[in-house]
Amino acid sequence: MKSEIKLFENGKRLDGRMPDELRNIKIKAGVLHRAEGSCYLEWGGNKVMVAVYGPREAIPRHTQNPLRAIVTARYNMAAFSVEDRKRPGPDRRSREISKVISEALESVILVEKFPRATIDVNIEVLDAEAGTRCAGLTAAAVALVDAGIPMKDIPVACAAGKINDQIVLDLGKDEDNYGSADLPIAISPRTGEILLLQMDGHLTQEEFDKAFDFALKGCHIISDLQKKAILEKYQSEAGGI
Amino acid sequence: MNQDKREIVIPSQFLGEIKNKKAGKGTFVENGKIYAEILGVLSNNPDYINVISLKGRYDPTEKDFVIGIVIEAMQSSWLVDINAAYPALLHVNEVPWDVEFGETEKYLNKGDSIMAKVLQVDQEKKLQITLKDYNLYKIKGGFISYVEPSKVPRIIGKKGSMISLLKKYTKCRIFVGQNGRIWIDGDEDGIKKVIETIVMIEDESLSYGLTNKIEELLKKDTKDVH
Repeated sequence: MKSEIKLFENGKRLDGRMPDELRNIKIKAGVLHRAEGSCYLEWGGNKVMVAVYGPREAIPRHTQNPLRAIVTARYNMAAFSVEDRKRPGPDRRSREISKVISEALESVILVEKFPRATIDVNIEVLDAEAGTRCAGLTAAAVALVDAGIPMKDIPVACAAGKINDQIVLDLGKDEDNYGSADLPIAISPRTGEILLLQMDGHLTQEEFDKAFDFALKGCHIISDLQKKAILEKYQSEAGGI
Repeated sequence: MNQDKREIVIPSQFLGEIKNKKAGKGTFVENGKIYAEILGVLSNNPDYINVISLKGRYDPTEKDFVIGIVIEAMQSSWLVDINAAYPALLHVNEVPWDVEFGETEKYLNKGDSIMAKVLQVDQEKKLQITLKDYNLYKIKGGFISYVEPSKVPRIIGKKGSMISLLKKYTKCRIFVGQNGRIWIDGDEDGIKKVIETIVMIEDESLSYGLTNKIEELLKKDTKDVH
């Protein structure tokens, strides 16, 4: 079934991209007034909104860590984000994604500065088209910077995968559904440290290395976009006069 | 240094070598290199580098004057929101009144505002505030406005120049808490004008010669009235 669908035509992908080309990405920082930090991100057909609250005292109390802050990311897909209505509420998939994103963010935030506190990151997927965990994490990083939370780095995520026995960067919807492997990674671009690495499907060692290089390259491109989005929002305040 | 434009830095931005300069506020050091840890404005001094934050919570320091709002009255203490990451504790021993056990509600209740001083910040960031100092009391009347805590020094100005300017031209009583809350009392027009000016200072807080600009503006307004 999987290999019956042609995902390549004349060396180009279904949506006309080259194998190592990203989808269009648009990032906007500080879009919500009530949240302390926020970010809106469009990544191909993905639309993600992130709001950051805190640091504030963690409640209930037993969740507090007397030495550092905890980071609680909540990944949620809107009911209208996919073709068939998604049943609202946390499910097995979104709980897993919440967990891996929380842990990725925790390793770059300077959590020792806020003992007993919590930093809440609400990731709302409004429109989904493959790669929402990467989009969510990328947007969450921008929102955290916007909230003025001290961080060692701005994390960034990107995926690579295998379709029709070829390694490609940033899988689209059909490529994800009918492709044979998906490898989302998140890195800390300054140090190159890996914050998240998951794999769905099978890859040989060589394929994995190639996919990893692709995703790494993608991460660095997106990292520049993130920084540009933050500067765009705040540079005008400083340079305007 | 570039005098017309302040440079905005974002976390993880490389700022300099530790050999040449000391790492100040808002920075961290890794492998002998200084990086920014928060979104802020770079202040590159001859021997140290600071990053002044643009946004974020108030970071309480001992002896800061703050404006707090009571969240809860407990048996022998109050919990007060001072816009920090944690609520602050105000114990009955730290108020000028003689409070009987369990009668805290008679003096301060949920929603009341107070001018207080940060008494203690411990390692776990447990906060204690006090009302036992001159000029500290429960706020009655007036209006509380809010600015980003990082903009408070701009509202006050150099040696209080900006704040005295505001007081002079609007004839309002103003108290600026280090946590970004500002209490204003006076006639209606005065309060209105103070709030307008504060919003302006906040918007243009990064430009140079702001005090003079604000003074001209306030002067013009007062002329219009007469």
